[in-house]
Amino acid sequence: MTTNLIDMQNSDVIMATSNMAENHPVGFQWVMKAKERGAKLIHVDPRYTRTSAAADIHLPLRSGTNIAFFGGLINYAIAKNLYFRDYVVHYTNASFLIDPAFKTPTDLDGLFTGYDPAKKVYDRSSWKYQVDGEGNPRRDNTLKDPQTVFQLLKRHYSRYTPDMIEKVCGIPKAKFEEVAQLYCSNSGPEKTGAITYALNLTQHTNGVENIRSLCMLQLLLGNVGRPGGGVVALRGHANVQGATDLELLYHELPGYLPMPLRDQHPDLKTYLERETPKGGFWVNRPKFMVSLLKAFYGDAATKDNDFGYQWLPKRASADAYSHQHMFVDMYEGKIKGFLADGQNPAVGGPNAKLTRAAMAKLDWLLVVDIFLTETAEFWKAPGINAQDIKTEVFFLPAAPAAEKDGSLTNTMRLIQWHDKAVTPPGDVHSDADFFCSLAHRLQKLYAGSKKDRDKGFLAANFTYGAKPDEPEMVEVLKEINGVATEDITDKDGKLVYRKGQPLNSFAHLTDDGKTTSGCWIYTGVTVEVDGKLVNKAAGRKPADDKDYLAHGWGFAWPANRRILYNRAAADLRGKPWSEKKKLIWWDANAPGQKPEDKGKWVGLDVPDFNAFLAPDAKNGDKPFIMRTDLVGGFFGPLNDGPFPEHYEPVESPTKNLLSKTQINPVVKIWKVPDQKNELAPVGSPDYPYVITTYRLTEHHLSGVMSRYLPMLAELHHSHFAEISHELARELGIENGEKITVLSPRGKVHVTAMVTHRIKPFTINGKTVHQIGVPWHWGWKGVDELPGSRGDITNDLSATVGDPNVYIQETKAFVCNVKKGVV
Amino acid sequence: MVRTLAMFTDTSLCIGCRACQVACKQWNELGLEVPEWTGGYQNHAHFTDKTYRLVRFIEEPGGKPNGDLAWLLMSDVCKHCAEAGCLDACPTGAIYRTEYGTVNINQDVCNGCRYCVSSCPFGVVSFNESTGTAKKCTFCNDRIHNGLGPACAKACPTESIQFGFRDELVGKAAKRVEKLKAMGFKDAQLYGADAKGFLGGLNAFFLLLAKPSTYDLPDNPRLPQRNVMVDSLLSIGSALVVGLGVLLSFRERGKGGPHA
Amino acid sequence: MSLSRRDFLKFSGATAAGVAAGTGIDLAPVEAAATSLKIKEAKAFAGVCPYCAVGCGQLIYTRDNKIIDIEGNPDTPHTLGRLCPKGAATIQLSNNPLRPTRALYRAPGSDKWEEKPIEWMYEQIAGRYHDTREKYFIEKEKDKDGKEVTVNRLEAIASLGSACIDNEECYLLSKLNRTLGIVYHEHQARV
Repeated sequence: MTTNLIDMQNSDVIMATSNMAENHPVGFQWVMKAKERGAKLIHVDPRYTRTSAAADIHLPLRSGTNIAFFGGLINYAIAKNLYFRDYVVHYTNASFLIDPAFKTPTDLDGLFTGYDPAKKVYDRSSWKYQVDGEGNPRRDNTLKDPQTVFQLLKRHYSRYTPDMIEKVCGIPKAKFEEVAQLYCSNSGPEKTGAITYALNLTQHTNGVENIRSLCMLQLLLGNVGRPGGGVVALRGHANVQGATDLELLYHELPGYLPMPLRDQHPDLKTYLERETPKGGFWVNRPKFMVSLLKAFYGDAATKDNDFGYQWLPKRASADAYSHQHMFVDMYEGKIKGFLADGQNPAVGGPNAKLTRAAMAKLDWLLVVDIFLTETAEFWKAPGINAQDIKTEVFFLPAAPAAEKDGSLTNTMRLIQWHDKAVTPPGDVHSDADFFCSLAHRLQKLYAGSKKDRDKGFLAANFTYGAKPDEPEMVEVLKEINGVATEDITDKDGKLVYRKGQPLNSFAHLTDDGKTTSGCWIYTGVTVEVDGKLVNKAAGRKPADDKDYLAHGWGFAWPANRRILYNRAAADLRGKPWSEKKKLIWWDANAPGQKPEDKGKWVGLDVPDFNAFLAPDAKNGDKPFIMRTDLVGGFFGPLNDGPFPEHYEPVESPTKNLLSKTQINPVVKIWKVPDQKNELAPVGSPDYPYVITTYRLTEHHLSGVMSRYLPMLAELHHSHFAEISHELARELGIENGEKITVLSPRGKVHVTAMVTHRIKPFTINGKTVHQIGVPWHWGWKGVDELPGSRGDITNDLSATVGDPNVYIQETKAFVCNVKKGVV
Repeated sequence: MVRTLAMFTDTSLCIGCRACQVACKQWNELGLEVPEWTGGYQNHAHFTDKTYRLVRFIEEPGGKPNGDLAWLLMSDVCKHCAEAGCLDACPTGAIYRTEYGTVNINQDVCNGCRYCVSSCPFGVVSFNESTGTAKKCTFCNDRIHNGLGPACAKACPTESIQFGFRDELVGKAAKRVEKLKAMGFKDAQLYGADAKGFLGGLNAFFLLLAKPSTYDLPDNPRLPQRNVMVDSLLSIGSALVVGLGVLLSFRERGKGGPHA
Repeated sequence: MSLSRRDFLKFSGATAAGVAAGTGIDLAPVEAAATSLKIKEAKAFAGVCPYCAVGCGQLIYTRDNKIIDIEGNPDTPHTLGRLCPKGAATIQLSNNPLRPTRALYRAPGSDKWEEKPIEWMYEQIAGRYHDTREKYFIEKEKDKDGKEVTVNRLEAIASLGSACIDNEECYLLSKLNRTLGIVYHEHQARV
């Protein structure tokens, strides 16, 4: 999230595309506060939910048509001249000129320049800026040149008219125009709007482009880096942000460093050359990478051995190892052992039937969780004969947060410490205890190995504090933060850091092995004050009138900044765009960096910018410091195109009305043996309805933390599907009766909840029904509450993925509905 | 009596999350209850001896100011009436009024006669088979006597449930109704705020966005005992029989569930 | 860290003030002696809600190593002491009869779990990791140009999870997996 929940109260308009009232109710209080102050709330969602109930306008759109919708808004804002011109000209790449060979889908019937139909990839050589003699991008600040990003953008989205939106999304033209006017007119120096999203936008075969399209709208309206603006990414689980920062992800190392690839990154030098850009803050990548290697391998990482880089695994391909790859490969027998720690893929992952079948091919499975999940007991699944399952299964009981020390990073990048309130019962341990216990026993098994491939693992430290198998969590946090590996002095010989002292800032990391950092963006979370370790994640200073963003409560990465890109809250000269929307500004009279200097960025937040770089200095007017060109990008770098283009979901009831390119041309579709991933053709009469999956306030993800808790499990009668009165009438279904929902992958039996909150859409003149099915249920639950058990919704979904990060498409696919249990 | 305390439930701020329902259950250690099908999200269908806070979900086509579907969400609770039928009906003195104006059942004194159950115009009081006593919301009696607000009000993420002194909350509520009317919620109204109104006013009062019956609330609640007197003049049946009839009618109404 | 009794009183004061929303309420504990409060003599710990990523601050009250109440911490700037139903139910993650408290083992083809000593489990699990790694480790392979390069990769063990463990635990798992050579390394960011 670029912003902060507290700051949402400053919005003039909020467009919730996620179901925030249900899935983030306590965060939603800031939306309610904004409403009390006069802001309007628009809820864009195929279903009418508790968020819609609180909204001024509910705008249902057919699942899978988000880019068409956002493209329509971009078109509207440009056509009606409602965009924030000064912001767009100076703070984005709208004025940059693009290679003359580049063409958009407007000219190529849904494709960008360079598509190779045989390989299903793009040759991206024309997707680039025109540069001058010095290599700088050529610009036209009048935005008139037809090769400017702005003109290309305008031309690209000129097809996304209100009439087209009506046909594609099923939003009546007048309703679309009402919302477009309301949202886009709250722009400019005096006004800002925020947009929320969650997995509603990401779980699509164009998930990443969905997010880009909303970010582009926010850039166009000048809504990034300013109070009340922002891209409000709402994470679904307590530490999705932290697990992503610390990179429990196939393609990265902690701190968003690319996980090395065999062919691109054979050695550290090549890795750093390829992955370090010429501009933007990532020029520091070598410091972050070397400090990470030092944190992993300790003293064994030296300059002479490339800091142990050769020990890191090298990926065979970028198209491998993601969640969906994992279960396809497991089904094909490539994977022998599997750790499921605090995750229940037997219920929660796409194509869950395939997931369970894949686990039956394993030699061994280890599950670490609070409860005995369906994953731990997949061999007890209904209809399975346990004797046929040869997988050996280990289960370790895990401690919930209340029973251990540690920190969690919330959706606004806020790292918060929690205390161990009680000692867990029996053999229950924290996950950290287990990881260190396992590491120590493995190191014992490898002790004495002379093989180079074992040296890195043997050098890695897993002891933190006095008890090897019970690590002190604050010591681990200190390693994440980073320390000096030797005394570090300044140029005058004065001691800056003592050996072992935690570092205050990632600005002090070096690429010579003198510093460590397990995750550079967290540096500053633990510091030393007067010789004592201070854990800023445990900071407990509430907000007050002078500090509404509460900088003393926890620590927000990076550098305790609460609103990212906040340089954009001031104009070119460094003044707030308006008094009402001030955040940080340039104070020309404040003491500067050196005694003889004057001028500093000051205000209500920590500047996400060089605090002493004057607005009129070189790059002093470019707020997007993480980007190579230092400006917000309308023209982007994704695998499926520099501008988001609407394609239909892989399974859709309709042809693509915007072009002849039906689905994302570079989409990932896995071929799985034994008909384990069958797909319905476009407009299939066997699967005529659109289905979307979703979550409820009273349940959590795959249900492990809710179905076993009577206080939560009793709040819903049973697993259900929401269907419209219109569809119920067509199929003769009564509210409360059992129905069967079928897809080409599987079927589930659920209770029909017939509701006015679901309405059919009119798509290109035809009625298209959509249903919604929550995905929290599995066959385990509370005995006294039979409704806490239910069929697994993800048995319906498919193994298909976005071409950038391979996320599944569970928010839009097709199904059939039959009365009764069939 | 010290200054009267109240809970003001502003349904225009309710997002139906049921934090109140669970926080109540957690603090008061109320047991598990098997839900029945109510046609929608609401569970349970009515107040019970294990459910003191209950969020109601009502679909109301055309109910929004712009003519869109409204989903009326309302966290219902014991009203702690100024003229409390349960208290009047209690033969043992187990039901009493605290110095804060709230109405409580002393579990040590309750003899399980259930007169209070039939006397409540709102179907709030329930009988617990295992303890043999009547149960209902205590206004978190233990908490308010120790400087803490009720668990439901504390948990509420959107301040739909507000806790404080009654006179202050009534003033605030009146302003809120005017604001909502100006915003186009033409049926916005207070329920039980008026101390001169029905039952002498409710110490848990509400702001509703539709007429009370839409929320399964009686439009003009009266004490059953008074109904009984009127009914006695019109019929030959004994007061006890009629009282039982009232009980049954309340249970039926309570079971109606949301309007799906 | 255990909060002192004074902190507890401070929190309770903050609670009353917070809920009364600026009425300056001062509830004289008239019946305090007669009406006991279960958390009065309890220890209070600072918690963070383990459900969604709003990260509501919680106060966890314990007595005799048992959690007796969990509610919102009113000082939390972005949540102000409020909770949703899941946050309000957090106590049942700990106090729950369905919760297994022993390590369990299921032999291949068996239809039941067996309780095993935790140390036995650790040894067995370490053995499986070791043997699988030894058997399937890929030290070198040919790159796209046919040149043999060092890849130090272990594809035969996959690791999934978790967004419900702490940052420090995520880091330890990243470190363990990556130093062992594991590449199937994911969590539910996309689920």
